[in-house]
Amino acid sequence: MASTQITPTRMELTKQKKKLQTASRGHKLLKDKRDELMRQFMIMVRENMELRKKVEAGIAAANTNFVIAKAGMSEQILHTALMVPKQEVYLESNKKNVMSVDIPQFTYKTRTSDSNDIYSYGFAYTSCDLDDAVKSLADILPDMLELAEKEKACQLMAAEIEKTRRRVNALEHVVIPEAQANIKYIKMKLDENERSTQIRLMKVKDMVLEDAHHYSEK
Amino acid sequence: MYKIAVLGDYDSIYGFAALGLDTFPVTETVESAKTLHRLAAGEYAVIYITEELAARIQSEIEKYKDRMLPAIIQIPGSFGNTGKGVEGVKKSVEQAVGSDILFSGDR
Repeated sequence: MASTQITPTRMELTKQKKKLQTASRGHKLLKDKRDELMRQFMIMVRENMELRKKVEAGIAAANTNFVIAKAGMSEQILHTALMVPKQEVYLESNKKNVMSVDIPQFTYKTRTSDSNDIYSYGFAYTSCDLDDAVKSLADILPDMLELAEKEKACQLMAAEIEKTRRRVNALEHVVIPEAQANIKYIKMKLDENERSTQIRLMKVKDMVLEDAHHYSEK
Repeated sequence: MYKIAVLGDYDSIYGFAALGLDTFPVTETVESAKTLHRLAAGEYAVIYITEELAARIQSEIEKYKDRMLPAIIQIPGSFGNTGKGVEGVKKSVEQAVGSDILFSGDR
C-alpha cells in the first residue's frame, strides 16, 4: 500500500528506488548469513547433545561412585580428605568469530602437570572407592569443558539466528513490498500528472486556435 | 586467566573440589542467586550449576545467556537427572529453528 506520506516527486522516486536496492541487497546477504549460521548451528547442536548425554552419564556414574565411597568411610574423613585440593584448573578463553557471532574457546591448564595430583589426601585413611570416584570425575572433566564451550556457542548462535531471521522477514515482508508499492504509486502519479498536463496543453491549443480562426463559425 | 566454579548443594559438588574446580555449596535460592552474580562478575568463565538449583534461579541465569562469558552450564546433581540440561539444548534448537526438529523424536 502506498502510504499517505509519500510525495509523488522524482526525487522521492529516486530515493525509494535506492531504498529498494539496498533492502534487496541486505535481504540477500542476511539470508545467506542465516543459512550459513543455521548449517553451523545444526552441526554444533548435534555435537552438543551428544556431549551432554555423555557428560550426564559420566557425572551420574561418578556420583554413584561417590556414594559408594561415602558408604565405606566416615563422613568426617571424607570431608577432610577433599577439604584442601592439591590441583587447580585455570582457563584461557579466546574468541572465535563464526559468522559475526563471538563464541568462546576454552583451553584449560592445571596448576601441576602431574595427573595424580587430583588425589588431595593420603591413602591411609580413605577407601579406594574414593580414588575411583575422584578418577571417574577427573576423566569427564575435559568433556565437561568441551560441553561448556559448545553449549555456550549454541546459545549464542541460536540468539543470533533468531535475530537474523527476524531481520530477513522484516525486509522480505515489510520493507521491500513497501518500497515497491511506493515506487508504483509515484510512477502512476507522475504518469497521471503528465497526461493531465498534455490534455491541458491540447485544450489550450484548441482554444487559442479557435480564437485565431473561428472554426466553429465557418 | 579464568577459573571454573561449581554451584549446587554440597553432596552434588564436593567431588569437583578434588579436581581443582572452585566449589560453592549453596542451597538457599536468594543466596545462590547472589553467589551466581558474584561469580559471573568475577574471574569465572565457566560456572557449572546443578539442574535442581538452576531450576530455582532460572531468571537469573537467563541474564547471562546473551553474553559470551560466563558460560553457565547445567549438570545433574546427586538427586539424579531432571532432564533440564537436555531441555536447554532443545530450547536453543527451538529458538533457532522455530520448532524442535532435531531431538523431538528422542526420549
